Amino acid sequence: MTIKHHLDDATILAFAAGTAGEAHGIVIAAHLAMCPTCRASLRAAESLGGGFLAAQPETTVSEDCRAATLAGLDAKVAQKSVPVPRGELPPALFRALGGKSLSDIHWHKKAPGVATFDVPMPKGERTHLKLLRIGTGRAMPEHGHGGEELTLILKGSYSDHMGKFSRGDVADLDQATEHTPVVDSDEDCICLVATEAPTRFKSIWARLAQPFVGI
Amino acid sequence: MTMTDSPVPNARGDQYAGLLARVAETRDRAAFARLFDHFAPRVKSFMMRKGSNSEQAEDLVQETMIAVWTKAAMFSTDRGSVSTWIFTIARNLRIDRLRREKSQLYTDLEDFDAPDLRTGAEETLGRSQEDNHVATALAQIPEEQRRLLILSYVEDVPQSEIALRLNIPLGTVKSRMRLGYSRLRKLLESMT
Repeated sequence: MTIKHHLDDATILAFAAGTAGEAHGIVIAAHLAMCPTCRASLRAAESLGGGFLAAQPETTVSEDCRAATLAGLDAKVAQKSVPVPRGELPPALFRALGGKSLSDIHWHKKAPGVATFDVPMPKGERTHLKLLRIGTGRAMPEHGHGGEELTLILKGSYSDHMGKFSRGDVADLDQATEHTPVVDSDEDCICLVATEAPTRFKSIWARLAQPFVGI
Repeated sequence: MTMTDSPVPNARGDQYAGLLARVAETRDRAAFARLFDHFAPRVKSFMMRKGSNSEQAEDLVQETMIAVWTKAAMFSTDRGSVSTWIFTIARNLRIDRLRREKSQLYTDLEDFDAPDLRTGAEETLGRSQEDNHVATALAQIPEEQRRLLILSYVEDVPQSEIALRLNIPLGTVKSRMRLGYSRLRKLLESMT
Protein backbone atom coordinates (compact mmCIF):
# COMPACT_ATOMS: atom_id res chain seq x y z
CA MET A 1 0.00 0.00 0.00
CA THR A 2 1.50 3.28 -1.08
CA ILE A 3 -0.13 6.22 0.54
CA LYS A 4 -0.23 9.34 -1.59
CA HIS A 5 -2.52 11.63 0.36
CA HIS A 6 -1.47 12.47 3.87
CA LEU A 7 -2.72 14.34 6.90
CA ASP A 8 -2.26 18.08 6.97
CA ASP A 9 0.39 19.22 9.46
CA ALA A 10 -2.26 21.25 11.27
CA THR A 11 -4.25 18.04 11.80
CA ILE A 12 -1.21 16.21 13.11
CA LEU A 13 -0.53 19.11 15.49
CA ALA A 14 -4.09 18.92 16.83
CA PHE A 15 -3.76 15.18 17.39
CA ALA A 16 -0.37 15.57 19.07
CA ALA A 17 -1.68 18.32 21.31
CA GLY A 18 -4.71 16.21 22.18
CA THR A 19 -7.30 18.65 20.87
CA ALA A 20 -8.75 16.70 17.94
CA GLY A 21 -12.38 15.64 18.41
CA GLU A 22 -13.24 11.98 18.95
CA ALA A 23 -14.42 11.25 15.39
CA HIS A 24 -11.46 13.04 13.84
CA GLY A 25 -9.16 11.32 16.31
CA ILE A 26 -10.36 7.91 15.11
CA VAL A 27 -9.82 8.82 11.45
CA ILE A 28 -6.39 10.26 12.25
CA ALA A 29 -5.36 7.21 14.29
CA ALA A 30 -6.66 4.91 11.54
CA HIS A 31 -4.58 6.72 8.92
CA LEU A 32 -1.53 6.79 11.20
CA ALA A 33 -1.82 3.04 11.63
CA MET A 34 -1.32 2.73 7.87
CA CYS A 35 1.14 5.56 7.25
CA PRO A 36 4.73 5.59 8.53
CA THR A 37 5.30 9.06 7.05
CA CYS A 38 2.57 10.60 9.18
CA ARG A 39 3.69 8.63 12.21
CA ALA A 40 7.10 10.28 11.87
CA SER A 41 5.39 13.68 11.67
CA LEU A 42 3.39 12.85 14.77
CA ARG A 43 6.55 12.08 16.70
CA ALA A 44 7.99 15.41 15.67
CA ALA A 45 4.81 17.17 16.75
CA GLU A 46 4.87 15.33 20.06
CA SER A 47 8.43 16.42 20.67
CA LEU A 48 7.12 19.95 20.55
CA GLY A 49 4.74 18.95 23.34
CA GLY A 50 7.72 17.64 25.29
CA GLY A 51 9.39 21.00 24.84
CA PHE A 52 6.32 22.78 26.18
CA LEU A 53 6.17 20.46 29.16
CA ALA A 54 9.86 20.95 29.91
CA ALA A 55 9.41 24.71 29.72
CA GLN A 56 6.60 24.80 32.29
CA PRO A 57 7.31 26.62 35.52
CA GLU A 58 7.37 24.41 38.59
CA THR A 59 4.25 24.33 40.72
CA THR A 60 4.80 22.91 44.18
CA VAL A 61 3.50 19.39 44.48
CA SER A 62 2.13 18.49 47.90
CA GLU A 63 4.03 16.08 50.11
CA ASP A 64 0.89 13.91 50.11
CA CYS A 65 0.98 13.56 46.36
CA ARG A 66 4.65 12.65 46.39
CA ALA A 67 4.23 10.16 49.22
CA ALA A 68 1.15 8.59 47.63
CA THR A 69 2.95 8.21 44.33
CA LEU A 70 5.99 6.59 45.88
CA ALA A 71 3.76 4.33 47.98
CA GLY A 72 1.77 3.42 44.90
CA LEU A 73 4.75 2.06 43.01
CA ASP A 74 4.41 -1.39 44.47
CA ALA A 75 0.69 -1.70 43.93
CA LYS A 76 -0.04 -4.37 41.40
CA VAL A 77 -1.36 -2.52 38.44
CA ALA A 78 -4.26 -4.34 36.91
CA GLN A 79 -2.72 -4.44 33.48
CA LYS A 80 -5.67 -4.59 31.19
CA SER A 81 -4.15 -6.22 28.21
CA VAL A 82 -6.12 -4.92 25.32
CA PRO A 83 -5.46 -7.09 22.29
CA VAL A 84 -4.60 -5.06 19.25
CA PRO A 85 -6.71 -6.38 16.43
CA ARG A 86 -4.92 -7.10 13.21
CA GLY A 87 -6.92 -7.36 10.09
CA GLU A 88 -8.92 -5.48 7.58
CA LEU A 89 -9.65 -2.53 9.84
CA PRO A 90 -7.26 -0.18 11.61
CA PRO A 91 -7.44 -0.76 15.41
CA ALA A 92 -9.06 2.60 16.20
CA LEU A 93 -11.97 1.89 13.86
CA PHE A 94 -12.23 -1.75 14.90
CA ARG A 95 -12.76 -0.56 18.46
CA ALA A 96 -15.19 2.17 17.47
CA LEU A 97 -17.27 -0.46 15.66
CA GLY A 98 -17.28 -2.66 18.76
CA GLY A 99 -15.34 -5.38 17.00
CA LYS A 100 -17.54 -5.62 13.93
CA SER A 101 -16.05 -5.98 10.49
CA LEU A 102 -17.16 -4.04 7.46
CA SER A 103 -19.24 -6.97 6.26
CA ASP A 104 -21.15 -7.22 9.57
CA ILE A 105 -22.33 -3.65 9.45
CA HIS A 106 -25.96 -2.86 9.06
CA TRP A 107 -25.80 -0.37 6.23
CA HIS A 108 -28.54 2.17 5.64
CA LYS A 109 -29.36 2.63 1.99
CA LYS A 110 -29.60 6.30 1.24
CA ALA A 111 -29.82 6.35 -2.54
CA PRO A 112 -29.06 3.93 -5.35
CA GLY A 113 -25.47 2.86 -4.85
CA VAL A 114 -25.07 4.86 -1.65
CA ALA A 115 -25.21 3.44 1.86
CA THR A 116 -24.09 4.85 5.18
CA PHE A 117 -23.52 3.76 8.73
CA ASP A 118 -23.25 6.08 11.72
CA VAL A 119 -20.45 4.97 14.00
CA PRO A 120 -21.57 5.47 17.60
CA MET A 121 -19.78 8.28 19.44
CA PRO A 122 -19.59 8.91 23.18
CA LYS A 123 -22.45 10.92 24.65
CA GLY A 124 -22.06 14.65 24.26
CA GLU A 125 -19.42 14.34 21.55
CA ARG A 126 -19.77 17.11 19.01
CA THR A 127 -18.11 15.30 16.14
CA HIS A 128 -19.72 12.68 13.91
CA LEU A 129 -18.23 9.60 12.37
CA LYS A 130 -19.79 7.90 9.40
CA LEU A 131 -18.96 5.06 7.07
CA LEU A 132 -19.92 5.65 3.45
CA ARG A 133 -20.22 2.95 0.84
CA ILE A 134 -20.46 4.16 -2.73
CA GLY A 135 -20.87 2.08 -5.86
CA THR A 136 -18.68 2.17 -8.96
CA GLY A 137 -19.08 5.22 -11.15
CA ARG A 138 -21.12 7.12 -8.61
CA ALA A 139 -20.31 10.51 -7.23
CA MET A 140 -19.79 10.87 -3.50
CA PRO A 141 -22.68 12.68 -1.88
CA GLU A 142 -22.25 15.90 0.04
CA HIS A 143 -21.97 14.76 3.62
CA GLY A 144 -20.44 17.56 5.56
CA HIS A 145 -22.03 20.33 7.54
CA GLY A 146 -19.18 22.66 6.87
CA GLY A 147 -16.60 22.64 9.62
CA GLU A 148 -13.68 20.31 9.63
CA GLU A 149 -14.02 17.20 7.56
CA LEU A 150 -11.64 14.29 7.31
CA THR A 151 -12.11 11.31 4.96
CA LEU A 152 -10.13 8.07 4.98
CA ILE A 153 -10.43 5.51 2.19
CA LEU A 154 -10.78 1.97 3.53
CA LYS A 155 -11.63 0.10 0.33
CA GLY A 156 -11.86 0.83 -3.38
CA SER A 157 -10.91 4.23 -4.72
CA TYR A 158 -12.22 7.51 -6.02
CA SER A 159 -10.80 10.35 -8.04
CA ASP A 160 -11.31 14.07 -8.07
CA HIS A 161 -9.25 17.06 -9.15
CA MET A 162 -6.77 16.28 -6.37
CA GLY A 163 -6.04 12.87 -7.90
CA LYS A 164 -6.83 9.30 -7.06
CA PHE A 165 -7.59 8.28 -3.48
CA SER A 166 -7.11 4.62 -2.56
CA ARG A 167 -6.96 2.57 0.64
CA GLY A 168 -5.08 4.44 3.33
CA ASP A 169 -5.27 7.81 1.61
CA VAL A 170 -6.84 10.61 3.56
CA ALA A 171 -8.60 13.69 2.25
CA ASP A 172 -7.83 16.40 4.78
CA LEU A 173 -9.50 19.33 3.13
CA ASP A 174 -10.06 22.93 3.99
CA GLN A 175 -13.70 23.76 4.42
CA ALA A 176 -13.56 25.94 1.37
CA THR A 177 -12.35 23.20 -0.96
CA GLU A 178 -15.00 22.10 -3.42
CA HIS A 179 -14.67 18.66 -4.80
CA THR A 180 -16.79 16.12 -6.61
CA PRO A 181 -15.14 12.75 -6.17
CA VAL A 182 -16.30 9.87 -8.40
CA VAL A 183 -15.74 6.25 -7.46
CA ASP A 184 -13.46 4.64 -10.06
CA SER A 185 -12.77 1.22 -8.55
CA ASP A 186 -14.49 -1.98 -9.68
CA GLU A 187 -15.55 -2.68 -6.13
CA ASP A 188 -17.53 -0.34 -3.90
CA CYS A 189 -15.58 2.45 -2.29
CA ILE A 190 -15.83 2.51 1.50
CA CYS A 191 -14.71 5.62 3.35
CA LEU A 192 -14.65 6.74 6.93
CA VAL A 193 -15.71 10.35 7.32
CA ALA A 194 -15.40 12.57 10.39
CA THR A 195 -17.40 15.78 10.43
CA GLU A 196 -18.11 18.48 12.93
CA ALA A 197 -21.58 19.41 14.00
CA PRO A 198 -22.44 23.06 13.55
CA THR A 199 -21.20 24.53 16.79
CA ARG A 200 -22.06 28.12 16.20
CA PHE A 201 -24.45 28.60 19.06
CA LYS A 202 -22.35 26.71 21.55
CA SER A 203 -19.19 28.42 20.48
CA ILE A 204 -20.57 31.91 20.66
CA TRP A 205 -21.83 31.12 24.12
CA ALA A 206 -18.45 29.74 25.08
CA ARG A 207 -16.87 32.87 23.72
CA LEU A 208 -19.01 35.13 25.86
CA ALA A 209 -18.54 32.99 28.93
CA GLN A 210 -14.84 32.59 28.53
CA PRO A 211 -13.07 35.74 27.49
CA PHE A 212 -9.78 35.23 25.79
CA VAL A 213 -7.00 34.77 28.28
CA GLY A 214 -3.67 36.04 27.07
CA ILE A 215 -0.76 33.71 27.00
CA MET B 1 31.11 2.99 20.23
CA THR B 2 31.96 6.63 20.66
CA MET B 3 29.55 9.35 21.61
CA THR B 4 29.54 10.76 18.11
CA ASP B 5 28.29 7.67 16.39
CA SER B 6 25.83 6.78 19.09
CA PRO B 7 22.58 5.64 17.51
CA VAL B 8 20.72 7.53 20.19
CA PRO B 9 21.95 11.10 20.00
CA ASN B 10 19.15 12.20 22.22
CA ALA B 11 20.62 10.28 25.11
CA ARG B 12 23.40 12.82 25.18
CA GLY B 13 22.47 15.59 27.52
CA ASP B 14 19.24 13.92 28.54
CA GLN B 15 20.20 12.99 32.07
CA TYR B 16 16.61 11.91 32.65
CA ALA B 17 16.98 9.15 30.09
CA GLY B 18 19.72 7.72 32.31
CA LEU B 19 17.50 7.91 35.39
CA LEU B 20 14.67 6.28 33.50
CA ALA B 21 16.97 3.48 32.36
CA ARG B 22 17.85 2.84 36.01
CA VAL B 23 14.17 2.69 36.85
CA ALA B 24 13.56 0.25 34.01
CA GLU B 25 16.54 -1.98 34.67
CA THR B 26 16.87 -2.09 38.44
CA ARG B 27 13.59 -0.57 39.67
CA ASP B 28 15.71 2.14 41.26
CA ARG B 29 13.50 4.15 43.58
CA ALA B 30 16.05 6.89 44.16
CA ALA B 31 16.25 7.47 40.42
CA PHE B 32 12.47 7.52 40.25
CA ALA B 33 12.29 10.05 43.09
CA ARG B 34 14.62 12.34 41.11
CA LEU B 35 12.43 12.01 38.06
CA PHE B 36 9.41 12.77 40.20
CA ASP B 37 11.01 15.86 41.69
CA HIS B 38 11.87 17.18 38.26
CA PHE B 39 8.76 16.33 36.27
CA ALA B 40 5.90 16.31 38.79
CA PRO B 41 5.93 20.11 39.36
CA ARG B 42 5.97 20.68 35.58
CA VAL B 43 3.20 18.20 34.87
CA LYS B 44 1.20 19.92 37.60
CA SER B 45 1.67 23.35 36.01
CA PHE B 46 0.83 21.91 32.63
CA MET B 47 -2.43 20.39 33.86
CA MET B 48 -3.40 23.59 35.63
CA ARG B 49 -2.83 25.57 32.44
CA LYS B 50 -5.26 23.19 30.79
CA GLY B 51 -7.92 24.00 33.34
CA SER B 52 -7.47 21.45 36.12
CA ASN B 53 -7.56 22.67 39.69
CA SER B 54 -4.69 21.86 42.03
CA GLU B 55 -6.25 18.65 43.31
CA GLN B 56 -7.18 17.31 39.87
CA ALA B 57 -3.75 18.26 38.61
CA GLU B 58 -2.09 16.31 41.43
CA ASP B 59 -4.26 13.27 40.68
CA LEU B 60 -3.00 13.38 37.12
CA VAL B 61 0.58 13.94 38.34
CA GLN B 62 0.29 10.81 40.44
CA GLU B 63 -1.20 8.74 37.62
CA THR B 64 1.35 10.02 35.16
CA MET B 65 4.33 9.32 37.40
CA ILE B 66 3.08 5.86 38.31
CA ALA B 67 2.75 5.15 34.59
CA VAL B 68 6.34 6.35 34.19
CA TRP B 69 7.38 3.76 36.77
CA THR B 70 5.25 1.00 35.25
CA LYS B 71 6.14 1.65 31.62
CA ALA B 72 9.77 2.69 32.07
CA ALA B 73 11.00 -0.26 30.02
CA MET B 74 8.92 0.91 27.05
CA PHE B 75 10.75 4.22 26.78
CA SER B 76 13.13 4.44 23.88
CA THR B 77 15.43 7.37 23.24
CA ASP B 78 14.58 6.94 19.55
CA ARG B 79 11.20 8.38 20.30
CA GLY B 80 12.69 11.60 21.57
CA SER B 81 13.35 13.02 25.00
CA VAL B 82 11.99 11.86 28.33
CA SER B 83 9.95 15.08 28.43
CA THR B 84 8.28 14.10 25.17
CA TRP B 85 7.50 10.65 26.48
CA ILE B 86 6.05 12.01 29.71
CA PHE B 87 4.11 14.59 27.72
CA THR B 88 2.40 11.81 25.75
CA ILE B 89 1.58 9.84 28.91
CA ALA B 90 0.12 12.91 30.62
CA ARG B 91 -1.83 13.88 27.50
CA ASN B 92 -3.36 10.42 27.18
CA LEU B 93 -4.29 10.23 30.85
CA ARG B 94 -5.90 13.64 30.69
CA ILE B 95 -7.92 12.66 27.63
CA ASP B 96 -9.02 9.47 29.38
CA ARG B 97 -10.06 11.53 32.36
CA LEU B 98 -12.07 13.96 30.25
CA ARG B 99 -13.81 11.20 28.33
CA ARG B 100 -14.32 8.99 31.38
CA GLU B 101 -13.34 6.04 29.33
CA LYS B 102 -10.08 4.75 28.13
CA SER B 103 -9.08 6.06 24.77
CA GLN B 104 -6.91 3.66 22.85
CA LEU B 105 -6.22 6.06 20.02
CA TYR B 106 -2.65 6.75 21.02
CA THR B 107 -1.67 3.54 22.72
CA ASP B 108 -2.61 1.50 19.64
CA LEU B 109 0.05 3.36 17.75
CA GLU B 110 2.80 2.43 20.19
CA ASP B 111 2.89 -1.01 18.67
CA PHE B 112 3.98 0.13 15.25
CA ASP B 113 7.44 0.96 13.95
CA ALA B 114 10.59 -0.55 15.16
CA PRO B 115 12.84 2.44 15.87
CA ASP B 116 15.07 1.90 12.84
CA LEU B 117 12.16 2.19 10.41
CA ARG B 118 12.00 5.90 10.98
CA THR B 119 13.36 8.03 8.27
CA GLY B 120 12.96 11.49 6.88
CA ALA B 121 13.41 15.00 8.09
CA GLU B 122 11.16 14.59 11.09
CA GLU B 123 13.46 11.98 12.47
CA THR B 124 16.13 14.57 13.00
CA LEU B 125 13.76 16.64 15.03
CA GLY B 126 12.31 13.70 16.90
CA ARG B 127 15.67 12.43 17.97
CA SER B 128 17.96 15.31 18.23
CA GLN B 129 15.93 18.03 19.75
CA GLU B 130 16.80 18.89 23.26
CA ASP B 131 14.00 20.34 25.27
CA ASN B 132 15.75 23.63 25.82
CA HIS B 133 16.22 23.85 22.07
CA VAL B 134 12.46 23.87 21.72
CA ALA B 135 12.23 26.80 24.10
CA THR B 136 14.97 28.64 22.24
CA ALA B 137 13.38 27.94 18.87
CA LEU B 138 9.94 28.97 20.09
CA ALA B 139 11.32 32.35 21.04
CA GLN B 140 12.43 32.83 17.44
CA ILE B 141 9.14 32.33 15.63
CA PRO B 142 6.63 35.12 15.12
CA GLU B 143 4.43 35.88 18.10
CA GLU B 144 1.19 35.11 16.25
CA GLN B 145 2.42 31.61 15.42
CA ARG B 146 3.85 30.96 18.88
CA ARG B 147 0.62 32.09 20.49
CA LEU B 148 -1.45 29.57 18.52
CA LEU B 149 0.89 26.70 19.33
CA ILE B 150 0.70 27.60 23.03
CA LEU B 151 -3.09 27.80 22.95
CA SER B 152 -3.19 24.39 21.35
CA TYR B 153 -0.49 22.50 23.25
CA VAL B 154 -0.60 24.17 26.62
CA GLU B 155 -4.18 25.33 26.98
CA ASP B 156 -5.90 22.53 25.09
CA VAL B 157 -7.96 24.81 22.88
CA PRO B 158 -9.20 23.10 19.68
CA GLN B 159 -8.32 24.87 16.44
CA SER B 160 -11.93 25.76 15.64
CA GLU B 161 -12.25 27.33 19.09
CA ILE B 162 -9.02 29.27 18.62
CA ALA B 163 -10.51 30.68 15.41
CA LEU B 164 -13.58 31.87 17.31
CA ARG B 165 -11.67 33.28 20.23
CA LEU B 166 -9.27 35.23 18.08
CA ASN B 167 -11.93 36.00 15.51
CA ILE B 168 -9.88 34.76 12.59
CA PRO B 169 -10.84 32.14 9.99
CA LEU B 170 -10.05 28.51 10.79
CA GLY B 171 -7.94 28.34 7.63
CA THR B 172 -5.77 31.13 9.01
CA VAL B 173 -5.37 29.32 12.33
CA LYS B 174 -4.24 26.22 10.49
CA SER B 175 -1.86 27.99 8.16
CA ARG B 176 -0.26 29.89 11.06
CA MET B 177 0.16 26.67 12.99
CA ARG B 178 1.67 24.96 9.96
CA LEU B 179 4.04 27.86 9.40
CA GLY B 180 5.09 28.00 13.03
CA TYR B 181 5.64 24.28 13.08
CA SER B 182 7.70 24.14 9.89
CA ARG B 183 9.72 27.10 11.09
CA LEU B 184 10.37 25.34 14.39
CA ARG B 185 11.45 22.18 12.63
CA LYS B 186 13.98 24.05 10.56
CA LEU B 187 15.33 25.88 13.59
CA LEU B 188 15.62 22.67 15.56
CA GLU B 189 17.36 20.88 12.73
CA SER B 190 19.89 23.69 12.49
CA MET B 191 20.65 23.30 16.20
CA THR B 192 21.57 19.67 15.86
